[in-house]
This record gives sequence, C-alpha cells and structure tokens, in this order.
Amino acid sequence: MNTNLHAHMEQTLVRLRESVRATAPILVDFLRDEVEKTGFHDVVFGLSGGIDSALVAYLAVEAFGAERVHPVIMPYRLSSAASLRDAQAITSDLGLKADLVEITPQIDAYFSRDPSASLLRRGNKMARERMSILFDHAAVYRALVLGTSNKTELLLGYGTQFGDLGSAVNALGDLYKSQVRALAEQLGVPAAILHKAPSADLWEEQTDEKELGFTYDEADVLLHHWVDRWLTRAEIEALGFAPELVEGVMRRVRLNHYKRVPPVIAKLSSRTIGIDFLYPRDWGM
Amino acid sequence: MLRVGMAQVTPRLGDLEQNLKKHLEMIHAARKQGASVVVFPELGLTGYALRDLTLSVAMRVDDPRVMRLIEESVNIDLVFSFIEESDDHRFYITSIYASKGQALHRHRKLYPPTYGLFEEQRHVARGEDLSSFQTSSGATGLLICEDAWHPSTLYTLSLTGTGVIYVIAAGPGRALNGASDSSSQQFWQRMIRTHAQLFTTFIVFVNRTGFEDGLHFFGHSFVAGPDGEILFEVKDAKEGLHFADLDETQLRSVRYRSPFLRDEDPERALQRMKQALRAGRANG
Repeated sequence: MNTNLHAHMEQTLVRLRESVRATAPILVDFLRDEVEKTGFHDVVFGLSGGIDSALVAYLAVEAFGAERVHPVIMPYRLSSAASLRDAQAITSDLGLKADLVEITPQIDAYFSRDPSASLLRRGNKMARERMSILFDHAAVYRALVLGTSNKTELLLGYGTQFGDLGSAVNALGDLYKSQVRALAEQLGVPAAILHKAPSADLWEEQTDEKELGFTYDEADVLLHHWVDRWLTRAEIEALGFAPELVEGVMRRVRLNHYKRVPPVIAKLSSRTIGIDFLYPRDWGM
Repeated sequence: MLRVGMAQVTPRLGDLEQNLKKHLEMIHAARKQGASVVVFPELGLTGYALRDLTLSVAMRVDDPRVMRLIEESVNIDLVFSFIEESDDHRFYITSIYASKGQALHRHRKLYPPTYGLFEEQRHVARGEDLSSFQTSSGATGLLICEDAWHPSTLYTLSLTGTGVIYVIAAGPGRALNGASDSSSQQFWQRMIRTHAQLFTTFIVFVNRTGFEDGLHFFGHSFVAGPDGEILFEVKDAKEGLHFADLDETQLRSVRYRSPFLRDEDPERALQRMKQALRAGRANG
C-alpha cells in the first residue's frame, strides 16, 4: 500500500470510529422501541463469541435488562474452543443466562448422505440451522430475534441468506465493522473479543479477511466513500486503491444485492406486494 | 410575554384515536402551566412514515376529530398537524392554528420532500398558499419542516412583519457525527438561527421523537430569538412538554438595531428575481 493511501485510510478510519461516540443511546432506544411496539418484551440472538453478537449483547442488556435477553450459543464440533470461551465471558460479564444448543448432530446427520459437500454448503447449512433454532427459541421466550449483521457484511453480502441474515430487528446494520469495533470497545466488550481476527467460525482456521481477500479496514473505507459519500470508481481509485480491489468490492455489493431485498414478485395485479403495496413496516404496531 | 408549550411527542403510526388522546392530555397539561399556545409537531395526529396509510388516516378539516381539537382552543391557542383531504380528494400535510374555538389559519406543506429517504410527493400534493395571520402576539407564520429549507417562505412571511414563526417538523436524525446531538439537529439549528436573525423573528421549532421503520426522530425542539440566539432548547430526543417564554418586546429593539426588514426593498427584489429567472431560463 502506498504511503498516501495508508495515511488516508488511517484518517478515514479515525473519523468512522469517532462518529459512533454518541450512537449507543440511540441504538438502545431503537431496540427498546422497535421490540416493545410489537408487543414483545424479550429478545433472542445467537451469541458466537465474535464482536458483532457481543455488541448486540451489551446493547440488548442496556435496553431490556439481563432477564429479558436470551442469547443462544450454538457451536458445531469444529467451532473453536476460543469462541465458546469468549461467548461465556460475555454472558458472565453481563449476568446473562445463555442456552447452549450443539448443532453437530443434525448437521452431521444431514451431510452423512452427502459426505463430499463443500465447505460453503456446510457453512450455509449451519447458518440456516442456527437461524431456525433462534426462531424456535423466539417462540419459547415469546421474543423477537435480533440480527447481528453489520453494514460491511450486508453490503459485501458476506452472510447466508435466510441464515445469519435472518432477523426481526437489527441494530448494527448501519455500522461498518470498524464502527462496530469502536462501539464495542466503548461499551466494555472484553479485549480478547475486540482484538481477535473476525471469523464466521464455520470451519477451522477460517477468517473473514482470508476468505474475502481484503481487510475489513480496506472494505470499510472503500464502501464509506462509495456508499455514503457517493464517490465514483475513478475518484476512489485516485485515492490509491488498486483497481482490482475496487472492482472486487463493488462486484460483491452488486451481485449480493438480492440478499438485501425481499424475493422479487411477478407483477400481475394492480397492487403487488413489494412493488406498490406500500406500507411502513411499523404498520399497525 | 408569550408562553409557548412545545409538545415534543411520539405519535403512534396510523393511530388517530390514541394520538388525539395524547394531544388532549398535553393541551390540558399546557393549560395548567399557563401556556398561551401549545405546538405539536408535523403529522402529530397520524405519525410520519404513512405511505399508503395516507388514504386511511386522511381527514377533512370538518372531521369530528379535527373539530374536537379546534374546540379545545377556546382558552389556549393550538398548532397541530394531520393529513388533510380536500373536497376534490387531494391529500396534504396540513397544520392548523386554532384560537378561540376557531381554525384561524390553515397551512398546507408547500415543499413535501421527495428525495433520499423522503417520499412524500408520492402520497401528498403540494400546498400552494402562504400567508401570515394575526394572533394575540401579532403577525404569525406557520411552516412545516421542509418549507423552512426554502428561504422564500420566510422572506414571504417577513413581508408582513411576521414576528413569530412556528416550524413544526418530523425530522429524522443522522446520528453518525460523534457529537451528543445528531448532525441533522446541528444543521437544523444552524439554519433556523440564521433565518431568525436574517428575518428578525422568533422561530419556534417543534420536532417529534420516537422511531418509525428505523428512522429516529431527533426531538431537540428549540426557540431562536430575533437576534439568532437560542432562547430555549430541549436537550433530548424524549417525549415531553416544554415551555418557553418569548418576550415580544425584544422585536422592537432588535428591529431597530438590525433594520433588515425596514431596508429590504421587496419590489425591486422581485424585479431582480424576475430578471434573474429570465436570464436563468435563457441560459438553459
């Protein structure tokens, strides 16, 4: 990376991190408001031991108090022991009672009929299994499912449709990864979680950045310029970003847009869901 | 002295009965505190992110629920807002100034924004008229949210010497700026203070609170004096009723000291604007 780009990245990341200084109370109010106006009082979410779900745990406890917050820890046999330990550090720090649901039996049973299944298929299946468990727990606790996907992941499409992308309310969806980290630090998320390499933990030795082929810092700065500041590709490249990186990130955002919208419906009638049947989500709440 | 009750409320989206009830409670509380006028935010009776709910919450000005509020103004003036349906079934974001049991003035939002996160003109029509009206505190004006981003509205009101302008809003916050107030709140405050100073008028800004579909309405209602100074400020985004006392005699000294209204030459300004318009058209 050239020196100019390096300095520019640092500067932008500092600004992104500082911008969240006053955000926590708004997110806490947002969670309380959007959950309680539906008539629900409790929330459930998957606690992986990673930074995103850790931040959700701290925000949720502030919004609802520990008794109304129900994290579910759902390890697979290949999940790292550190993840479980980190998840437990969060629950003990916040006084949360977590449910531990191993997903190994059902995942292994399913793939026993197709042992050659790829890592991608396995990872997606696990994500959807966890989603299904969370929504079942939501019925148990009469709770809403909180999402844990941040803006970087949502834009890059680095998540499983109807898996970890499935939730009712998402407090992190407008925060880049670097902002999640800054906010998590501010709210007292344990240092071990703040500083470890982000990983979907779907298989051993997996890290997000290895799989994506670029760093979250690069993605955050690039996406911030493109999405929030409306810079053109040429303007972004002029900052020193390699054209292949710019193309790679933009391509991911474009190709994965389908994950961010409801399924497309063929318009036949005069009023079609998703097209001109226009009601706010908070309709009737 | 004009005692203004600023009803910074969180309406329930689409729930007219509940919102009317809240209005009546706040009016009752404001009356007890000796307010001369109580001001509710934009679409306080209906909520903001209505989309196709616009059709089902629309009311004519003679709707019993609107009349109920107008009647409530017998001994306290009121500013409130809802979706108005006209006789020819156009829909407007409307605000009514009610006084002595009558609708003294009706303002239909002139500039319903339709860009970025806003989609108002998909559902409502643009209002057309703008005028001030006389209250116990003299010439008074009423603007709704985006109207205040068009200086022509304040300029027009200033031509009748308007000394108090109520700007009611449903302003969503953009919170990522690192300060304890949102950046939207900062640019609103900057803009309103400048208007107040330029047009030497009190401006009462009443914004709503709460969340709708992820939008966070930032509250922080405030009053700017005719010298552009903040006279009163709500320091949170929580629902609440607040009071500000406006000393109308301040207009006298400020307008003597800063006689912008006296020195303004609207006829010539109008000629120059017409020339500029023609030139602009000629330039394509």
